Amino acid sequence: MSAPLIERTAAELADALAAGEVTSVEVTQAFLDRIAAVDGEVHAFLHVDVEGALAAARASDERRAAGRLASPLDGVPIAVKDILTTRGLPTTCGSRILEGWVPPYDATVVERLKEAGLPILGKTNMDEFAMGSSTEHSAYGPTHNPWDLERIPGGSGGGSAAAVAAFEAPLAIGTDTGGSIRQPGAVTGTVGVKPTYGGVSRYGLVALANSLDQAGPVTRTVEDAALLHAVIGGHDPLDSTSIDEPVPALVEAVRKGRSGDLAGLTIGVVAELGGEGYQPGVLQRFQEGVELLVQAGAEVVQVSCPSFQHALAAYYLILPSEASSNLARFDAMRYGLRVLPEGVEAPSAEEVMRATRDQGFGDEVKRRIILGTYALSSGYYDAYYGQAQKVRTLVSRDFERAFAKADVLVSPTAPTTAFRLGEKLDDPLAMYLNDIATIPANLAGIPGISVPSGVTDEDGLPAGLQVLAPAMADDRVYRVGAALESMLEQQWGGRLLDPDKLDKAVRA
Amino acid sequence: MPDIPGSDPITRADVAHLADLARIDLSDEELDHLAPQLAVILDSIASIRQVAADDIPPTSHPLPLTNVFREDEVRPSLTAEEALSGAPQVEEQRFAVPRILGDEQ
Amino acid sequence: MTTTQEALVDFDEAIAAYDPAMGLEVHVELNTATKMFCGCPATFGGEPNTQTCPTCLGLPGSMPVVNGKAVESAIRIGLALNCQIAEWCRFARKNYFYPDMPKNFQTSQYDEPIAFDGWTEVTVFDESGDGETFRVEIERAHMEEDTGKSLHVGGSTGRIHGAEYSLVDYNRAGIPLIEIVTRPITGAGEKAPAVARAYVAHLRELLLGLGVSDVRMEQGSLRCDVNLSLAPAGSGTLGTRTETKNVNSLRSVERAARYEISRQAGILDAGGSVLQETRHWHEDTGITTSGRVKSDAEDYRYFPEPDLVPVAPSREWVEELRASLPEPPRVRRARLQAEWGFSDLEMRDTVGAGALDLVAETIATGASPQTARKWWLSELARRANEQGTDLAALPITPADVARIQALVDEGAINDKLARQVFDGVLAGEGTPDEVVAARGLAIVSDEGALGAAVDRAIEANPDVAQKIRDGKVAAAGALIGAVMKEMRGQADAARVRELILERLQ
Repeated sequence: MSAPLIERTAAELADALAAGEVTSVEVTQAFLDRIAAVDGEVHAFLHVDVEGALAAARASDERRAAGRLASPLDGVPIAVKDILTTRGLPTTCGSRILEGWVPPYDATVVERLKEAGLPILGKTNMDEFAMGSSTEHSAYGPTHNPWDLERIPGGSGGGSAAAVAAFEAPLAIGTDTGGSIRQPGAVTGTVGVKPTYGGVSRYGLVALANSLDQAGPVTRTVEDAALLHAVIGGHDPLDSTSIDEPVPALVEAVRKGRSGDLAGLTIGVVAELGGEGYQPGVLQRFQEGVELLVQAGAEVVQVSCPSFQHALAAYYLILPSEASSNLARFDAMRYGLRVLPEGVEAPSAEEVMRATRDQGFGDEVKRRIILGTYALSSGYYDAYYGQAQKVRTLVSRDFERAFAKADVLVSPTAPTTAFRLGEKLDDPLAMYLNDIATIPANLAGIPGISVPSGVTDEDGLPAGLQVLAPAMADDRVYRVGAALESMLEQQWGGRLLDPDKLDKAVRA
Repeated sequence: MPDIPGSDPITRADVAHLADLARIDLSDEELDHLAPQLAVILDSIASIRQVAADDIPPTSHPLPLTNVFREDEVRPSLTAEEALSGAPQVEEQRFAVPRILGDEQ
Repeated sequence: MTTTQEALVDFDEAIAAYDPAMGLEVHVELNTATKMFCGCPATFGGEPNTQTCPTCLGLPGSMPVVNGKAVESAIRIGLALNCQIAEWCRFARKNYFYPDMPKNFQTSQYDEPIAFDGWTEVTVFDESGDGETFRVEIERAHMEEDTGKSLHVGGSTGRIHGAEYSLVDYNRAGIPLIEIVTRPITGAGEKAPAVARAYVAHLRELLLGLGVSDVRMEQGSLRCDVNLSLAPAGSGTLGTRTETKNVNSLRSVERAARYEISRQAGILDAGGSVLQETRHWHEDTGITTSGRVKSDAEDYRYFPEPDLVPVAPSREWVEELRASLPEPPRVRRARLQAEWGFSDLEMRDTVGAGALDLVAETIATGASPQTARKWWLSELARRANEQGTDLAALPITPADVARIQALVDEGAINDKLARQVFDGVLAGEGTPDEVVAARGLAIVSDEGALGAAVDRAIEANPDVAQKIRDGKVAAAGALIGAVMKEMRGQADAARVRELILERLQ
């Protein structure tokens, strides 16, 4: 087996490194070359750190020579969403307001990647401050879906998903507030995992909505996701909302899943996450996926979660509320952009703040800040933010009832395949509907995975199947995801992602 | 602002007031554009006001954690150079900011 | 700054016509080693921006973690003020923009304070020495974080108004604060200003006893806002209140309350209405000036801090902390009075001057109770008064005072010289011993030199000497005076008298 380096999974690269077949410098250089070749088309990266990545790769090779490996993924390069702080490397969150900001500290996730020896290739594009489902809201221009460059790669983490789908990186870190890891995974044919809330440290993750945000793996296989999750997961004393318990045995769960035996497992199909509004081909691939799980021995039950109909509304109140407060710090005083208002002599701090925030934030960010300011205003708090938090309770109760009947729940990850760039840009509501199936998990803090379910008949674009499990049962989503993946690969006769299936412009 | 929450659609004046609270200097064109969009969004989420009854406790957090405390032990601070590294303007090892209106805190 | 001339009404006339209601908000900086939400040192006086980290600088991505010691201190303060301790409470974000607040929200507590519904008692003495005790109801005590500090550059005064720009140091940002809020204090009448002062003095004593804060008002580790309103006498209503900020000495608390009573009475007498606003106290001129008008536009958009989890102190922990509280000030005062043998009047003056702890520490470092009381309440109280400051703010320690008294007891200096030693220590010339050495204040005990001076005095005053020889010993005073003058006070007068009498009898 001698597939080109960039086409190999992280696990395969780790094996090749272990066998002495290649060096980390060679692997890293291969991906840097691929980035140089195709990222002009894809625009998955906002910053590429050639020197830093190669220096880390050299250090990894030295460790390997000395027999001191830092982790199973030591030497395998990775891309990081530009919402995680990186010491000495720009961190913009896709916003003008942070253009050129170089943080003096590393996010815990980034620190763990460095400690585990993964060279960081660069920072990936995203919707500004993770607000969006298409990566079109990046102040630095959109990312293009490697399957069809005229289409969106999903969002907000479209850069991470596109980088992995376009073979520009074997692994990437994404963040998921309402589906920003899973939905891009679905529309790019990659695997995305949102861990249990509190399972991965948020320290250094620039907060969008603190009570919903969670960082997680973006990969080409379920096994790679588990390997990466094991590196970044676990308790962090710098994050008060971090769970102080051991991470479940994820790689082990993948192995169990790949055996293809799901006997004794009950799978719940959520009635509210399907049907009207979902593209026929997406539903068809989903149904076939469920049938495969049944063939593997799982029992399928129907479950109903009636409060999910209010989940989107609750989400679009909680998120803007928290975000409006989180983004208040971008005020031109301590870091980032400072804009002096035109035609004002000796402007005051307040005038500079107003001008900077107007010019530094994009439309979607302003929309949500205004919406959040409204929802938190005195007189409106109880009717909006307070009610949204009650809906959150109802959503959690629905999940509890559903998980009493089923070990995991399944649904299509996103209602449609990738839409065209610009198609929904000025229709916020239509854009928000992309997250309809992924949002409930964020509200309840439970883990979820999106695995490719195939390409649809109508447009030949990838769709995803989502598996959800109770909090701290992340191993279950890996087991079921791995089972589905291995059975589908048998059907397809290989992986879904293949450089030859991508847009002509980015074929290898 | 209306007395009964959400009883009236959000107006251009409301949006201007909110932008003021949020310290964003929205232009007239932006206000024209944003106000109707926000009205549509608010309309779509208005149903939430009737959803949950008083006996439903709010969830502010998905985790049932309490009492996460830190020991009162000093950790290394940033150097002044690191702290000031992103500052638009620095003077006397301090963040230089435009004149501040209003009161002494 | 607004400098409109206010029409003041004489305090006694104001009190005859109106009943004051007063609410006091005290911010206490805790003396924890680290800040409220991060591990940066919480010490005062570091080089600018050397005690900051991503969290207290509010850098994107940073997160807070609660200092457990600060929570413990908050609970102990609550218990000492007879408060209920919340079984479950949260931090909340108070959203408003200000350049010295790194996140543009303050992490505070809103409708779920850690401590609430408490009370304490303070005693105010009138001129005849009779004490009256007032019960002050405590509405709440909650945890929050301090802001950074700005230097205002340009303009004439270094104040915020008229400045060209400002320089911000975030070392103070994130230092733990406890805000203690009283319910309106009514019925104090003319004693209202004294009650305000006594309350703050009492809080200081209580906080010092708990060991939770340095309570140094001059350094800002205890800051007081005085809310005050007037209602027509006997009406039983509450008027529109003002919130006077920046009242940072015990003396100022009393003066600011008096001033606001006179000022508001002036407005009401003229048929005007008091504006609900923030006012600023000016220590130098002794007046308050108008600040920001409180309006409905001020909307802090509080919501629970999503980066922190609830604080739910177990009842076991609370009871443990309650059991370990130091003795209450009232009990402690009774014990100390008995130990020191002070009369009621002496004790009252000591407490009233805010000198109880200073005297106690002076005694603890070796002085007798009466000498400790004497120095603090006479010599040092006079100087504090001259400087318009509090005793505790004088740059002299109880140990210094005890040492000066020890020098007197040893006969190295006398009381008169001791006053010069106080001058030196207060002027920053060093320790008492260093001042004695540097100023050459030690009593001349060289018998030869003293004897020679006595001989010269006798020679110069033959008439007086003859009177003494004739048995008029009282006349010795004039010769003693002459010798002391020659020795510039640095002699033991009793020994001089002995030497004179030896020679002439």
